[in-house]
Amino acid sequence: MAETDGSRASAALLEAVGLTKRFGALVANDHVSLAIRPGETHALLGENGAGKSTLVKMLCGLLQPDSGDLLHDGQPVVFPDPASSRAKGISVVFQHFALFDALTVVENVALGLPGYEPLPALAARIEACVHRYGLAVEPYRRVGELSVGERQRVEIVRCLLGEPRVLILDEPTSVLTPDESESLFRTVDLLTGEGRAVLFISHKLDEVRRLCHRATVLRGGKFIAEVDPAQESSASLARLMVGADVPRTPRLVTHELGEPRLLIRNLSIPGDGSRGSALHDITLEIRAGEIVGVAGVAGNGQTALFEALSGERPCADAEAVVIDKTPAGALDPTARRALGAGFVPEERLGHAAAPDMRLSDNVLLTTHGDGAIVRQGVVRRPVLFACFQEIVKRFDVRFGGKDPKARRLSGGNLQKFVIGREVLREPVLLVVDQPTWGVDAAAAAFIRTTLRAKAAEGCAVLVISQDLDELLEFTDRIAVMSEGRLTAPVPVAETSREAIGLAMGGAHGHDHGGEGTHAA
Amino acid sequence: MLDAAILGAVLASIVAAATTLLLASLGELVAERAGTLNLGVEGMMVVGAAVGYATAYGTGSLILGAIAAVLAGVMLSLVFAVLAVWLATNQVASGLATTILGLGIAGLIGSPFVGTRLDGAPELRIAGLTDLPVIGEMLFGQDAFVYLSLLLLAGVAYGLSRTRAGLVLRAVGENPVAAHALGHPVRGIRTLAVMFGGACAGLAGAHLSLAYTPFWASDMTAGRGWIALALVVFSAWKPLWLLAGAYLFGAVSILQLHVQGFGLGVPSQLLSALPYIATVVALVAISALKRGQGAPAGLGVPFVPDR
Repeated sequence: MAETDGSRASAALLEAVGLTKRFGALVANDHVSLAIRPGETHALLGENGAGKSTLVKMLCGLLQPDSGDLLHDGQPVVFPDPASSRAKGISVVFQHFALFDALTVVENVALGLPGYEPLPALAARIEACVHRYGLAVEPYRRVGELSVGERQRVEIVRCLLGEPRVLILDEPTSVLTPDESESLFRTVDLLTGEGRAVLFISHKLDEVRRLCHRATVLRGGKFIAEVDPAQESSASLARLMVGADVPRTPRLVTHELGEPRLLIRNLSIPGDGSRGSALHDITLEIRAGEIVGVAGVAGNGQTALFEALSGERPCADAEAVVIDKTPAGALDPTARRALGAGFVPEERLGHAAAPDMRLSDNVLLTTHGDGAIVRQGVVRRPVLFACFQEIVKRFDVRFGGKDPKARRLSGGNLQKFVIGREVLREPVLLVVDQPTWGVDAAAAAFIRTTLRAKAAEGCAVLVISQDLDELLEFTDRIAVMSEGRLTAPVPVAETSREAIGLAMGGAHGHDHGGEGTHAA
Repeated sequence: MLDAAILGAVLASIVAAATTLLLASLGELVAERAGTLNLGVEGMMVVGAAVGYATAYGTGSLILGAIAAVLAGVMLSLVFAVLAVWLATNQVASGLATTILGLGIAGLIGSPFVGTRLDGAPELRIAGLTDLPVIGEMLFGQDAFVYLSLLLLAGVAYGLSRTRAGLVLRAVGENPVAAHALGHPVRGIRTLAVMFGGACAGLAGAHLSLAYTPFWASDMTAGRGWIALALVVFSAWKPLWLLAGAYLFGAVSILQLHVQGFGLGVPSQLLSALPYIATVVALVAISALKRGQGAPAGLGVPFVPDR
């Protein structure tokens, strides 16, 4: 650390000056500048599509800027590939981890380090790093068996063993329980205390205000401001990010609840081997007019729950899922839709919509059983097209061209389309997995308002989300999913972030206890 | 009852039949562990057989023949690598094209040699040991290809599980995007793996035309390349299981000949089909039992880095 004699203590470790990157007609980064100084936690703030990921990829050599300069310790550098940036002490923990499921932790770490090191020696170094920074990781476990939080710690350990001077964390808390986030923050404080710099990419404003010394805000690929987050309010940061005030979803709790629309009774599904995606004894009732949220960290059975409800994974016991008084546990998705249910899965491209089919054809995917559009096996194109146009008009879906392929839409617009497609079928039950994941703030607010309005009309809505703030904002009751079990739902007014966070991490806390005794 | 001499000869021929399959599937296993599914094994093998035979016939040297066969296999595998790895074309289509191309080239190269014969590769005998009853000829009376195939197997098994190069190769096959993000040259590694597959397939072809059946016929690989591909799945991408699989299929293909000899009244075509039927049965059984476990997660996924 003493090589610069501290004479440039305040000079930037890594600086981007006027970086520009184009993808075809899209300018992903337009003269973006950023300076990361030693010992600071620097936030990179922006909405989805603001250009954060592009900037990070240029900082670490995964992308080459079209113009602009990178300075390392004040000297211009070029990073033709990730290895060259790592040699200069820049390490990245990506949002989608660069891990290998079939390999062990120590093998994964070895792949990130230059040169050869015997695995037992490396395992010992991992243990030392784990101790020093409080990152619970076992070297000889297979990565495929680890929870998301553990995987993230593997990534961080791998970066730290390379002794980085700048650690870049890409949306690190989006996959963590509140508890796990706290322990990550402690690790970050230890790292900056050693004079390293951390670039913390996030759109969670409260976190940024608590943790970061400085924040650079991007919007639409442009540099907007560098601010001191402690001097800002969440609202003022949000204004910088979005460029306008973000409306909050009105909570309408005045209407009466009606009949039960969805009954889940003792629903159990066996796991399919390696991952714990099984469901254990799930029971839940949702009545007409209410929105029930399912909170939880990704990978705790939410996907299995969605598939069990949509009919992609039928179960033997028909009574386990009752839709609008009809036992539906053994029915396929089309039969369940005929009962008045609508489903919006998490993955937009490939699950909710076929990427290479036109939007109008995508309408057909969930409406083919409804009678109006398909008669005697023949698709009535004019009716289909009218339906498509109504979705586009009512749900403000924006795109270029007349009827583009689904993959050409932005995330927010495609999500509005997918939700609109289900809502227009006038369902009595809507099951929505991650309604606003990867969607910009304005579209997210529109989607939440739409679901709220649908509930007010007497639809029962089940929302599965990993965004706790979202669930607290617009659902009536919240249940928590952890390791395939669902807690009894609690009215939002009677619960708190802390209580839900505890239930989310409950099972994981138990895990840590197990590891502790294991190590001792 | 069979006497010891016949039994010994049968066992020895099983080993010989298994060696072709082992060589070809070993190369394919390495290519697939790096994430490239090369369906061109049959084509690379038959080109190896033709070039190996032509070279050995022309020069009189079996060693030169074998070397030429390996080079020919590598050349054809490079065609596949350019298409599937560097131009990111569909791997299945490119592999099928490689096989069709290989069959055509081999027919062209081999046409002057139809009806000729070579003295096959000599058996490497060890005085005393080779004369042991029953197992003597099987263990100590084989040609150099057999021992080479076993050495290669040991090398691949050790290399994949114990060396850094093997770890990087497995990582590339498991998650090419992550391997690239960590700075590993994904396409270069895949190219080398495909080339190794080509070399092994060429060697397998040489074993056919220089040792196992030392003559040239245009369809002499007779689907062995496809069985080698199936063996890789059968082995769940593990080298030692590959050894078991290759010898099992070698045994089936030899024993059906002897069953034909006994004249059981079963149509010979049906018996000849046994190795292929066994392939299908084994694949179905394995996919039912293991549900595709062991397959590299990035198998068949073309990789194109962002720019």
